[in-house]
Amino acid sequence: MSIKFTEDHEWVLLEGDIATIGVSDYAQEQLGDVVFVEVPEVGSDVSKGDELSVVESVKAASEVYTPVSGTVIGVNGDLEETPTLVNEEPQGGGWFVKIRIADASELDELMDEAAYKDYVEGLA
Amino acid sequence: MGDISAAKHTVLFDLHLELGAKMVPFAGYAMPVQYPDGIMKEHLHCRAAVGLFDVSHMGQVVISGEDPAVAIEALIPNDIQALEAGQMRYSFFTNEKGGILDDLIVTRRADDLFVVVNAACKAQDIGILTEGLKGKATVTEITDRALVALQGPKAVEVLARFAPDVATMSFMSYRELDVAGVLCFITRSGYTGEDGYELSIPNGEAVSLCRKLLAETEVEPVGLGARDSLRLEAGLCLYGHDLTTETTPVEAGLLWAISKRRRGERGFPGADVILAEIANKPKRKRVGILPEGRVPAREHTEIADEAGNVIGEVTSGGFGPTMGAPVAMGYVPLEQSAIGTKINLLVRGKARPAEVVKMPFVEQRYYRG
Repeated sequence: MSIKFTEDHEWVLLEGDIATIGVSDYAQEQLGDVVFVEVPEVGSDVSKGDELSVVESVKAASEVYTPVSGTVIGVNGDLEETPTLVNEEPQGGGWFVKIRIADASELDELMDEAAYKDYVEGLA
Repeated sequence: MGDISAAKHTVLFDLHLELGAKMVPFAGYAMPVQYPDGIMKEHLHCRAAVGLFDVSHMGQVVISGEDPAVAIEALIPNDIQALEAGQMRYSFFTNEKGGILDDLIVTRRADDLFVVVNAACKAQDIGILTEGLKGKATVTEITDRALVALQGPKAVEVLARFAPDVATMSFMSYRELDVAGVLCFITRSGYTGEDGYELSIPNGEAVSLCRKLLAETEVEPVGLGARDSLRLEAGLCLYGHDLTTETTPVEAGLLWAISKRRRGERGFPGADVILAEIANKPKRKRVGILPEGRVPAREHTEIADEAGNVIGEVTSGGFGPTMGAPVAMGYVPLEQSAIGTKINLLVRGKARPAEVVKMPFVEQRYYRG
């Protein structure tokens, strides 16, 4: 079980064939106070690169893209009442969506935690 | 709005960096959009205590001449002659079609007018004034003064520690007072809906005076992000968004700023259009919009009626931290502008129910003496 990151600051945690997706700590810091998260419908099929979700912060709306293809099997209902979970626990209680993936190899090209840390430091 | 490395700096630039601000390009200036506390906290702090805002990017202009109050009325529909020295008024430049070229604050001083215009329109406005007042008045941009807003319910308490006389000033009045030994142009005004002041401070003293104000426990710096959410909750227009050359003062609901005398005498750009629109009612109106649920409707979000027909557009919208909910304003046809009218906001293709509501969203708390 290892967490992977995209260049757009999404994270993916794969357990079996279930990928949990959220946004990184760096992303939540850039977004600022999150006030609403729009999540897809459970049961919808998504392809890698599709818009998965929209995060509304006080500042602006930002799209979140899925780094993996599959079927949405769960969304984080807690975000409806407490969208600030994205700020408080970006890599925990602030997760967005669970997807049953079709092809685990899609994760191969993503960054591991160390590579992502270097990537973020390079952005500063 | 352009490249931050090419942006101009206000005299408070280094102080912003020291305070940990996130700087963004805005109207040609590098400005703090937020400090480490973030927009939400800064907004709530300003409503609870005092926020300090750098608004030095705005244009400060002095108009002098034989009778500048008479002269400027040829360019704006507002009643400046009715002002006594030390009083100020919300005003706007109009064009021949009755559209709004910018909004501004005009203060009548003993011997001249002190005018504050929007940063993004500064060059245009100085051009309008210089050209329009040729032979009648002299237009001088003030470049040696910073402009700082101190806003919030405790602003009076804080500023009175440095200049006791500010406590007796009423809303929309002007005085020149020593603040901790620095001679400032002070107005009791602002753009947050709260009580507060704007201070025009000599450049050389601006940083040290701001440091003194920030050292008071009630005061925190507030960036442009919260400035926008504060003014939106207060129902105040932002030029370039809620007001443009395509909107008239009648549509925008700004008729309170055009006196009976000015309506009767006309003699301002677009008077015929504006007077006809007052008589015949405008086709559309600016309204407050309260979305149901938590989805913010941003600028340019389409407004639809209950049948799904697009009837207008959101001109300002976002999350109101004091409201704890999204808020917006926009233009709808007059027939659909009544308080309580049900509308839909088309956010990312989905119709989200909303209602036309009275503005301001958050009660204004100006000090009227």
